[in-house]
Amino acid sequence: MTDRRPALLALEDGTAFAGWSCGAPGTADGEAVFNTSMTGYQEILTDPSYAGQIVTMTMPQIGNYGANRADMESRGVFARGFVVREMSRISSSWRAEEGLPEFLTRHGVVAIEGVDTRRLTRHIRERGAMRAVISTEDLDPVSLAAKAAGSPGLVGRDLVREVAVASPYEWGSEDPTGYLPVDTGVLPLEPRHRVVAFDSGVKSNILRQLAWAGCAVTVVPPTTSASDVMAMRPDGVFLANGPGDPSAVDYLYSTLRELLGEVPVFGICLGHQMLSLALGATTYKLKYGHRGGNQPVINLLTGRVEITSQNHGFCVDFASVGSLNSECSGGLEHDPADIGAWVAARTAPVVDSAAFGRVQLTHVNLNDMTVEGLRALDRRAFSVQYHPEAAPGPHDARYLFEAYSALMDGRDDYLSDFGKGRA
Amino acid sequence: MPRRSDIQTILVIGSGPIVIGQACEFDYSGAQACKVLRDDGFRVVLVNSNPATIMTDPEFADRTYVEPVTPEFVEKVIAAERPDALLPTLGGQTGLNCAVALAESGVLERYGVELIGAKLDVIKKGEDRRLFAEAMVRIGLEVPRGGYAHAVGDAEQFAGEFGFPLVIRPSFTMGGAGGGIVYNVDELRDQVAHGLSLSPITEVLIEESVIGWKEYEMEVMRDVHDNAVIVCSIENIDAMGVHTGDSITVAPAQTLSDREYQTMRDASLAILREIGVETGGSNVQFAVNPADGRMVVIEMNPRVSRSSALASKATGFPIAKIAAKLAVGYTLDEISNDITRETPACFEPSIDYTVVKVPRWAFEKFKGTDTTLTTRMKSVGEAMAIGRTFTEALGKAFRSLENGRYGLGADGRDTFDELKFDRGLTVPNENRMFYVADALWRGRSVEEVAALTHIDPWFLDRIKAIVEVEGMVRQVSLEGMTSELMRTAKQHGLSDVQLGYLTRTNELSVRARRLELGVKATFKSVDTCAGEFLATTPYYYKTYEEEDEVAPATRPRVMILGAGPNRIGQGIEFDYCCVHASYALHDAGFETVMVNCNPETVSTDYDTSDRLYFEPLTFEDVMDIVEVEKPEGVLVTFGGQTPLKLAKALEAAGVPILGTKPEAIDLAEDRERFAEVLDRLGIAYPPAGTARSSAEAVEVAARIGYPLLVRPSYVLGGRGMVIAYNEEYLLKHVADAVVVSPDHPVLLDRFLEGAIEVDVDAVCDGREVYIGGVMEHIEEAGIHSGDSACCIPHFTLGDSTVEEIRGYTRRIALEIGTHGLINIQFAVKDSSVYVLEVNPRASRTVPFVSKATGVPLAKVAARVMAGEMLADLALPDEGRELGRFCVKEAVMPFGRFPGADSVLGPEMKSTGEVMGSATDFPAAYAKSQLAIDYSLPRDGAAFVSVCDRDKRAIVGVARHLNQLGFRVLSTRGTARALRAAGIPVTEVLKVHEGRPNIVDAITNGEVHIVINTPFGRETRSDGYHIRAAAIHHGVTNITTMEAAQAAVGAIEAILEDRLGVSPLQDVPQWVPPAPRGRPAAAEAIS
Repeated sequence: MTDRRPALLALEDGTAFAGWSCGAPGTADGEAVFNTSMTGYQEILTDPSYAGQIVTMTMPQIGNYGANRADMESRGVFARGFVVREMSRISSSWRAEEGLPEFLTRHGVVAIEGVDTRRLTRHIRERGAMRAVISTEDLDPVSLAAKAAGSPGLVGRDLVREVAVASPYEWGSEDPTGYLPVDTGVLPLEPRHRVVAFDSGVKSNILRQLAWAGCAVTVVPPTTSASDVMAMRPDGVFLANGPGDPSAVDYLYSTLRELLGEVPVFGICLGHQMLSLALGATTYKLKYGHRGGNQPVINLLTGRVEITSQNHGFCVDFASVGSLNSECSGGLEHDPADIGAWVAARTAPVVDSAAFGRVQLTHVNLNDMTVEGLRALDRRAFSVQYHPEAAPGPHDARYLFEAYSALMDGRDDYLSDFGKGRA
Repeated sequence: MPRRSDIQTILVIGSGPIVIGQACEFDYSGAQACKVLRDDGFRVVLVNSNPATIMTDPEFADRTYVEPVTPEFVEKVIAAERPDALLPTLGGQTGLNCAVALAESGVLERYGVELIGAKLDVIKKGEDRRLFAEAMVRIGLEVPRGGYAHAVGDAEQFAGEFGFPLVIRPSFTMGGAGGGIVYNVDELRDQVAHGLSLSPITEVLIEESVIGWKEYEMEVMRDVHDNAVIVCSIENIDAMGVHTGDSITVAPAQTLSDREYQTMRDASLAILREIGVETGGSNVQFAVNPADGRMVVIEMNPRVSRSSALASKATGFPIAKIAAKLAVGYTLDEISNDITRETPACFEPSIDYTVVKVPRWAFEKFKGTDTTLTTRMKSVGEAMAIGRTFTEALGKAFRSLENGRYGLGADGRDTFDELKFDRGLTVPNENRMFYVADALWRGRSVEEVAALTHIDPWFLDRIKAIVEVEGMVRQVSLEGMTSELMRTAKQHGLSDVQLGYLTRTNELSVRARRLELGVKATFKSVDTCAGEFLATTPYYYKTYEEEDEVAPATRPRVMILGAGPNRIGQGIEFDYCCVHASYALHDAGFETVMVNCNPETVSTDYDTSDRLYFEPLTFEDVMDIVEVEKPEGVLVTFGGQTPLKLAKALEAAGVPILGTKPEAIDLAEDRERFAEVLDRLGIAYPPAGTARSSAEAVEVAARIGYPLLVRPSYVLGGRGMVIAYNEEYLLKHVADAVVVSPDHPVLLDRFLEGAIEVDVDAVCDGREVYIGGVMEHIEEAGIHSGDSACCIPHFTLGDSTVEEIRGYTRRIALEIGTHGLINIQFAVKDSSVYVLEVNPRASRTVPFVSKATGVPLAKVAARVMAGEMLADLALPDEGRELGRFCVKEAVMPFGRFPGADSVLGPEMKSTGEVMGSATDFPAAYAKSQLAIDYSLPRDGAAFVSVCDRDKRAIVGVARHLNQLGFRVLSTRGTARALRAAGIPVTEVLKVHEGRPNIVDAITNGEVHIVINTPFGRETRSDGYHIRAAAIHHGVTNITTMEAAQAAVGAIEAILEDRLGVSPLQDVPQWVPPAPRGRPAAAEAIS
């Protein structure tokens, strides 16, 4: 306690939180968000989707089991800053290779402990996600809040290019940035499918899960053209998670429009937003996003609920895709924007998009009735907003990787026939 | 899938009396279930023999049978009520075992009753270790290697195969009863033999030891649509080898990485599916090797458990309530989360605080027993604390225990066995955590302590952080403390008392300095979602943070101080009273604020009161709540001794105390002043005196004469109370008693040998007194009232004596200024009535009186304390004929404490109670015995050996036994008396007279009932060995003449098949009238 270095966190609205440094010295700005996962801080820190964000953990005791190479979800830490209530000063796990403070320092992440993280969380919940700065240098709340207010924020910002690879590589080999994951999962000896995955900030566990499902995966930069992709003769195209405002990643969903119908598509998180935008939907920013490992999502095709891992600040507006196709929606006439009504009816509504035929809402978040997944019935494409690969989080939705495999096999029941014997 | 419409009537089975391993958590779960099922329109039929439960309140079910939870009686209820379904998963192991027996014997099929919540095959797969192990192998999970033994020889074979140590687990016993860890062949033989005798199927599992591995529990729920969630993970600080009920536990799990946690989650869900738990909650236990993460499954319970109560309180997720809804067909996504109201129950709570549970033991009550903690549960209760960090929660939990400590050490009360200090670390025991903290304080490393204790280094490092902060505080004076250090100290869970000790000041000075430094408590919500959504349920805990979340008041508030952790002498009865007070005051228009730290209780359910504070019941913690809530009154007389001992300090701090004033309580407690009151009223009491030293005690004794009842003042449950027959004994125990309560003198009363004891519970409004019940004890005076059986109405006392008692009660209640409940104990000797003790507060017998008479006295009292008059409450005539006899019998835990003597005395030792009711006394008494599993034999041999005083009375009992067909065995002295009366008797040898003797006969199963009355104090004598053998071999064991007479009458009632069943609803129940306008708060307080 005696050798603690003070640190300060300030929000753009002037709210400040004093604490102590528990990572690298310095000053870092980003969008303040909170994550309610009780385990998996290292996976969260290394998830590229957190680029541009300062992550607050609501779990008060963080760092207890240290950090290791196997739990890296990418080549480094992408979160801009880290806020915790109490950082452990020891690591207690047979898996630990170093302490979390050392890990953060090594990766240059500014982190603060001793913060009333519940107050911060409630503040964000009530006022919405906002810009923030953590500093070990500027400890003046007024000046630091001014810095927060002057920082760029996320809306309209393309962070994908900052986190993505610049040249293609095969999953299981060293990626062009020099990152060689210690844990690749089980690579298929004789792959059943060849998949091209656009890297918009992909998490390693997605690639591991694709490999588990029998896919050989080529990871390509997000700016790769449709023709270059098709030249690889893939069985499927995969759209990954990633940071920032989806509407700023127009080059990716434009490319996707060319691929829809040519090859089966599966998207996760940002990839789901890419598919939705390609299908003509609009996206909007949630007040404070979904970040945690306990979000209930109903699969409207099976009626079953999955407990899911989530990390997104933007969301898809299903009704913006097109008008209701009542015939394909169980004959019901509910407003497609009234998702609660469709959930109550346990019916997956279908709307007609202008360019890509029928689009079905498949997954819904039961907490706030927002869109969590959809599919293009006439284009062999589906996507989910949440993270079936988990890491961190529950494994309930891992069936979606099998579903993707089934889609590439040409099955139409791919979303309704899996997940029964889950976990 | 919506609610099932094909069932209308549901039978719910409760868990019976409070015993070790099965406490009031099943009242909490059962009450929740009954409430939710009734709200949903089902007709609920309940069976539970425990009258001190909220669930047996007549408004919780349509038909409430306070009858033995045995297949025989439940079958009678089924025959009378013809339920469509039976919900067996909320009544603990007792309820489950009973349901299994009914299913297996074909009763359920015969009456067309469906088991809901858990099917028979599921229960068997979950409970039968062999089937369970096979199921685990099928889904690729590991279990500890092991095998089954049906004889000691089998066990020795396993030992040859696996080596020592080995874990012994008897099949189908509760709370690990009969289990243990053995390190050599001798221990193995003893433990296996004992385990086999306790197992209903004579089977024990012999398992490889995973002692020292990390232990985890997962609370899981699944619905009929196969949606499944983990409600809570729990990590045991005490590694494998200590029963989870005896372990200090933490939620959520702290030292698992996400990969390990998810592996455990996947395994838990797979187990639920494989075992086939279709609906409801289960608990799965794992052990993890800290060296390599190897995970093995220890066990699963396909029912609501003690851990589910803890998990519910720790997260705000009401497991029992939801389990009940799932059992009747709902799915998780159809049920809404009560706390957020907006989001569904189909989610996994995320918590942004740390929860610590610490068990409460009562070894001081069972001298001579082994206090080592093993796989067999020995604790009698538990306290839970919530803090933002582990250190804060740990400190709060340790000061919640009501054991005279103010936290984890640093309170000036530490004593260590220096010669065996390391033994305090290596051998699990109730004080181990104090040794751990002190070892770290002495500078021993985390690694070293971890190696000795197998406690995870993370927890040890946090405890080290606490002692480091203590070190910093020790170095400064109170005046020299900065606000930063003060805040840090509070965030590390240090109490004001501890800080007072460390700064050589006191609690009040620390409090004043703390507030001066601006270090104020803040309150945060338990909201199931870590702040992600707005919570509407006011369930709070205290911490030292920046933001306070307490909602503004909408109505005048009344604060109810709960009873703290269960311990002997302070059990569920007081929680029952607190809950009733809360209900009544809510109905009277107040906003009720409950404060308690016992996770097993109904009072700590978030929807029992308008607001819930899960906090220790100490002056500091209560005052902090008072300062934010600013209640108009605080109720201290419902929660037993715990809140009562705070009353004076709270009053001195200006807190308004509702009802009877601390001054009146003091008057009743102060022997000398109270004697003046009785003298003034002309009411007799046994000659008595007060002594502040041993010399004074001898003087007083000389004046009033032996035998003497010796007790420290201000105790509950007769702690430290003895009957002294001579001076030597008196002197020894005066020393003991003074240790118990240093601030108060020792009380000496003439002990009225052979008197009949009578308990009265009444309510006084200052003008009138309403007598709820007059209870005639079955055992004579001298047995603690909590341990003695009693009956409403009186069954031997004359009506004029009872009238005299009623009159005395009225006069005393009014004279001392009672405003609320009052309990008076009388002794009747030779037709004279003496007052033994007066307590102007809720007593242990209030729930029994309420159930027996249909008038919930605690509710009546709460209304009166809030300003209403008895005359306005439309109470039934107190002298009315009830038309039945209700017997309350105490449940003793001696089977759990081998080595401790089972003789009843003035110090209370029972853990719980049951009620039996019938139209005649013997039948009611018979039911009370059957409800406790004190199986009354129908034939066989009765062993009778009594002290000289009882030689005359035993004749009638023995003759009656003989007439009922029993063979009478007796030792020489008693045999002579019986033979003289012409009763055929077989003489057996006493223990010291040679062999084969009576203990051999008991051991060989040749004796079916033992009647053995001791005289005075005669531990380690013949009587002791006889009683110990009886308990060990499960032979009914009676130690008083009165109980013997009642037992023989009861056997006759059983033989004549006179035991029917009838619901409480058949007895007229008091309906509380609507309050006449809301009483003005000012009026209530004045």
